[in-house]
Amino acid sequence: MHRTGELYGQFETMDQQRETASLGMWVFLVTEVLFFGGMFMTYTLNRSTYPDIFAEASRSIKLWLGAVNTVVLIGSSLTMAMAVWSAQVGKKQLVTIFLIATLTLGSVFLGIKAVEYHEKYVEHHIPGLNFSFEPDADIATNAHAQLFFSLYFAMTGLHALHMIVGAGLLLWLIRQSLRGRFTPEYNTPVELVGLYWHFVDIVWIFLFPLLYLIDRH
Amino acid sequence: MAEQSHEHHIVSPKVYFAVFFALMICTILTVYAATVDLNRHFPGLNIIVALVIATFKASLVVLFFMHGKYSPRRTQMVIICSVFWLAIMLFMTMSDYISRPWS
Repeated sequence: MHRTGELYGQFETMDQQRETASLGMWVFLVTEVLFFGGMFMTYTLNRSTYPDIFAEASRSIKLWLGAVNTVVLIGSSLTMAMAVWSAQVGKKQLVTIFLIATLTLGSVFLGIKAVEYHEKYVEHHIPGLNFSFEPDADIATNAHAQLFFSLYFAMTGLHALHMIVGAGLLLWLIRQSLRGRFTPEYNTPVELVGLYWHFVDIVWIFLFPLLYLIDRH
Repeated sequence: MAEQSHEHHIVSPKVYFAVFFALMICTILTVYAATVDLNRHFPGLNIIVALVIATFKASLVVLFFMHGKYSPRRTQMVIICSVFWLAIMLFMTMSDYISRPWS
């Protein structure tokens, strides 16, 4: 394909090329909104049907671990945004540093998530694995609590999967960045992975109050 | 239509740090709000407050971290569409579900 420097033949200017790329990324993110949206839909429906047992099941999750993870993830969004800025102003070393910082914070998030999952495993709160919400709970309570935890694991699991994909993308960016690939003229991959990373952050911004904070008073 | 010229906008780190700071305050606020029984004033107020704060946080991320505020109009339209379609799904499904005779 005809290409002048970083500009591909079908585009007239770098701005046009950049905007087209980010528009495409946004269209992908719209499909992601609807992908997660189906889960939020299921959650809304079941929570409105079993509000009390959802509140009780939510209280069994450690609030402070979720809160720390929220801070960690928003922090990683800040470092990601800073990586984009560093690329835009041509500070090549800073790009690498901020990308590594983002990857580190993302890994901390996944680590804390693993600790939380382990805790749920020990408490028999994983649906299907000897599930028992409370030893003396009746069948209906156990069944509805199981519904909450199924949603908890499906939603946080899908979110964590997105984080793992994001971590893979960050590794790829770091490799490119170490070769000095990102410049003020060409930094589309950093910007697009940034959009993806921030999107995953937004999903967590909604998951945190919906799963951890149903009723804490 | 006059083609807008979008001089590529670089958001300054000051803005990013201010947004991060605002997001932290909102996180503290949402945790605090959950520990107060607001439902006693108005049924469902706790979840309303939680969702308003979350939506505000998400808007900050979209507008500044994701450069939504500085994007061309057609990109902004796509962003709004995602919220709109999600709203259709939630609203239509819930209005069906809660109006069924057995619930």
